[in-house]
Amino acid sequence: MTVAEIFDTLDYGPAPEAANIANAWLDARGRQTELFIADTWRAPTEGGYFDSINPATAKPLAKIAQASAADVDAAVAAARDAQPGWAKVGGPARARVLYALARMVQKHARLFAVLETMDNGKPIRETRDIDIPLVARHFYHHAGWAQLIDTEFPRHEPVGVVGQIIPWNFPLLMLAWKVAPALAAGNTVVLKPAEFTSLTAILFADLCLDAGLPPGVVNIVTGDGRTGEAIVAHPGIDKIAFTGSTEVGRLIRETTAGSGKELTLELGGKSPFIVFDDADLDGAVEGVVDAIWFNQGQVCCAGSRLLMQESIADTFIAKLKARMQTLRVGDPLDKSMDIGAIVAPVQLEKIERLVNAGAADGATLWQPDWARPTEGFFYPPTLLTDVGPASAVVQEEIFGPVLVAMPFRTPADAVALANNTRYGLAASVWTENINLALDMAPAIKSGVVWINSTNLFDAAAGFGGYRESGFGREGGREGMHAYLKPVFLKTLKRTANTGVAGAAVPAAMASAGNALDRTPKMYIGGKQARPDSGYTRPVLAADGSVAGAVGDGNRKDIRDAVEAARKAEAWSKATAHNRAQVIYYIAENLEARAAEFRDRVCLMTGQTKRAAAREVAASVSRLFTYGAWADKYDGRVHATPLRNVTVAMNEPLGVMGVVCPEENPLLGFISLAIPPLAMGNRVVAVPSARHPLAATDLYQVLDTSDVPGGSLNIVTGDTGALAKVLAEHDDVDAVWDFGSSDGGVAVERASAGNMKQTWVSHGLTRDWYDLEQAEGDAFLRKCTQVKNIWVPYGE
Amino acid sequence: MGRMSSHNVTPLAGATYPADTQPTRNSGTALELDWLRGVRVNRSAVERRAATIPTRRTVKKNWQAAWLLKAVTTIDLTTLAGDDTPAKVARLCAKARQPVRADILQALGMAEQPIQVGAVCVYHAMLEPALRALEGSGIPVAAVSAGFPAGLSPLELRIREVEASVAAGAAEIDIVINRSHVLTGNWQALYDEVRAFRAACGDAHLKSIIATGDLSILRNVARASLVCMMAGSDFIKTSTGKEAVNATLPVSLVMVRTIRDYMAQTGHRVGFKAAGGISTAKAAVSYLALMKEELGRPWMDPALFRIGASSLLSDIERQLEHHVTGRYSAFNRHPTA
Repeated sequence: MTVAEIFDTLDYGPAPEAANIANAWLDARGRQTELFIADTWRAPTEGGYFDSINPATAKPLAKIAQASAADVDAAVAAARDAQPGWAKVGGPARARVLYALARMVQKHARLFAVLETMDNGKPIRETRDIDIPLVARHFYHHAGWAQLIDTEFPRHEPVGVVGQIIPWNFPLLMLAWKVAPALAAGNTVVLKPAEFTSLTAILFADLCLDAGLPPGVVNIVTGDGRTGEAIVAHPGIDKIAFTGSTEVGRLIRETTAGSGKELTLELGGKSPFIVFDDADLDGAVEGVVDAIWFNQGQVCCAGSRLLMQESIADTFIAKLKARMQTLRVGDPLDKSMDIGAIVAPVQLEKIERLVNAGAADGATLWQPDWARPTEGFFYPPTLLTDVGPASAVVQEEIFGPVLVAMPFRTPADAVALANNTRYGLAASVWTENINLALDMAPAIKSGVVWINSTNLFDAAAGFGGYRESGFGREGGREGMHAYLKPVFLKTLKRTANTGVAGAAVPAAMASAGNALDRTPKMYIGGKQARPDSGYTRPVLAADGSVAGAVGDGNRKDIRDAVEAARKAEAWSKATAHNRAQVIYYIAENLEARAAEFRDRVCLMTGQTKRAAAREVAASVSRLFTYGAWADKYDGRVHATPLRNVTVAMNEPLGVMGVVCPEENPLLGFISLAIPPLAMGNRVVAVPSARHPLAATDLYQVLDTSDVPGGSLNIVTGDTGALAKVLAEHDDVDAVWDFGSSDGGVAVERASAGNMKQTWVSHGLTRDWYDLEQAEGDAFLRKCTQVKNIWVPYGE
Repeated sequence: MGRMSSHNVTPLAGATYPADTQPTRNSGTALELDWLRGVRVNRSAVERRAATIPTRRTVKKNWQAAWLLKAVTTIDLTTLAGDDTPAKVARLCAKARQPVRADILQALGMAEQPIQVGAVCVYHAMLEPALRALEGSGIPVAAVSAGFPAGLSPLELRIREVEASVAAGAAEIDIVINRSHVLTGNWQALYDEVRAFRAACGDAHLKSIIATGDLSILRNVARASLVCMMAGSDFIKTSTGKEAVNATLPVSLVMVRTIRDYMAQTGHRVGFKAAGGISTAKAAVSYLALMKEELGRPWMDPALFRIGASSLLSDIERQLEHHVTGRYSAFNRHPTA
């Protein structure tokens, strides 16, 4: 076009970023990539190569090696060989390598950006200005954690060899999120990039060679889901870190159940974007652009559900449509594009299918009137209105540039709609009223809440989800914990399997035959409850005689207890001071009856009086510890590089199932049931199956200690069976299992239903008197989740 | 929000405006205090959007040349110095008539197009030499007025100053608002004063300088912009060039969004002038992109968009010569103003 013609139209015209250097890099490798194992490039042993496609042109970019199970074996072996040495060099030495990696990313920033855009289809503006700078920032930040590891994480050691499986939406950034903390902590990794987007991982490996990384510390095995399966199933891997779909995350949870592997999952979302009538509406419209048209909407935390206060809904939609009209979709290497290509035909088809189904379902579909490119895989920004919470497009993660919009009436209505999802990754809240903003932030179930902003990320602020959006955090201190374990763990002995005490017998047969017959009941909703089954189980004394009986709890008792716990929401909203007082009160009342509890423990366990007295005293002390912690387990304010306050709040998980160990019937119960209670969880506790009477005696203590009904429930019975029911219950948010004879295998497997968090004994016995093993920070961390609230400010 | 519910908002069909509807002058509206009360501006959100205007959009090659030429036509070539003299103003006007070297225009295939600046902007005392120097060119002369730059002289005198400049032949009057009215929330007084200036303008176009650098917060920028439009301003303008901070993309974004809302509510198109601190070709392109993105194509023409500048033109000339020759240019290769 001539200057004169353009002078009239003032169109943007093409502004292509040059791809010659990236193409030269590909050409130099013969447009074929190999596996990176122990610092050498290896051809796949079988399986050959598959094409990586440029989604903007639909043309192949390179052939990528398909790693087989044998290749994964080799990578794990290399990582295993390298791990002790990498741990032993120490934090400061690792910090230097991570620092070198950060510098390396910056030195080659444009090559990474261009290659990422070619491979993934996202606009060069995003790779250049967002992805790659965040990658460098992540390595810098974690170089710092490596430097500080001995002082900040004393008596911890690396988990070992970590299998990392990352998605295609932020290929290099997700690599950084996985590799940086793992390496900082002293782990070695076997990483599999997504099969659509392997190239920047290959470039990264190429540059690792120059950064002084010892051989085998980072191994990169490319391939499809089969490679991922080989990693997940590999017995030589100590931890799996996965980012991807909830569907695959669920499979990984099931597969790794009982393997002893640690697991962190960052999964899907359907995050709400809430606009109140007192918001800066133009600002919020731009927020929507950054929420759902960032990276073609292929973002796990995309603000894909727009909730608008009814009074401004029409205005907002009008403004939004005007803005959508000016978005530009096209060649992602063009510097003036807002939206690039969808990663692959299969994803494009999924988006089209879901949108068409939504429209067929009655949704009103709106798209800008301009044409999208015909070559490559493109989809226009899309708005669906006239949808309800029941629509599939409102519930399902579309993972495309598709926004669904619904009105709401009041803040409470907004919270109800926002939380009406199985997910809980992120939320965005727009209002100029700080009271409203700070009221909404804790009410929304999500790992991140952005006030008057969206899609802000930083290495210093942990990122991760609630509910079926996964568990574990990436970034910050909490992200480091995911790659560390306490050193005492390796000293623990396996629990002797004692079997489960006594089959259920009719109550009459279980009579102890002496004194006044007393059969403790369950404790549900602050009331004593008879077992639904109508059966009781005898409790044997140490000498084999019948010491008493307890109710034989079944799934319906668990159901009732969970329902009572769900209703006891006031406990989670009580002030920390109030919770502390209640827990101190329990301690006080327990101590007043110390002799009685000592005798109970004696009778059941056959310990000496002195040992039993020690158990009671330790229990009282533990109660004091958690009373003390209740108002001290504070959040943090992170130093993120923006003019904002990033508040990391520790929130309770919700309703927790706690299955107590056989040994130390009182101390074990207190050690596991009280920390969740202190943090504001509502607890359904299953006491020791063999020695339940110490726990059931406790409900009289609870009754006199102002413990609100439903906040702590006790269901007696077969621990293994009850643990499984708790793990299968979709309204239970987490299960701790230190009591099942299988060490928590069934719990881990069943937890995949709603992706609840689990913490299991793996069949190892803790010393409940050892403070390091039995109380403190680790317990509090496992019954809380961090919510990061970003509050930009400035008038 | 009171404003949105109490006014029947006409939804924007898109940022573009039908080409066949010519803008008519903004007649203003009553002072609508509810509207002002409903104004919400989130600084961080504004800054985030403003920061991505230059990174989301760029123009290259012929597009860059065409955009830069367009930018030239939107310049209010300005001299507002204590040492201005008739000869200095005459020199400026000569540059205004021929802002880009003829050989460069020839090479760009633009020899046939009348490339001249949007206006020449001077103090009242320099109107006469400016008008003389620009005679027959069609280039309007603008006078800064109403107690420029602080706007704190007696109202009667400020109105008389506007009248005098109009009588002397100024086609455009760049008035300053009385910032104390904004800072004390006296919207009625602000409205009345700007209304009086508008009346004093007659057929001359009224450009109201809100002096964003003095208003402290962006909500004040938005509210002052709205009051000036309600009072009948043809343009709203960022700065005098004398405040500590002059035109920036964030304040400009806030102002153009008020122009969009005002159009949605009243149907009137109001122009925008960014003044002070825009001295590079790259910055000029960013401002044009801001107008295109937020308001659409009509706001890229001098009828609705101006850049108040003095040194910007030299940088654009150098970039245009580079486009033609492929060699980096120097200031001394282009006629000075």
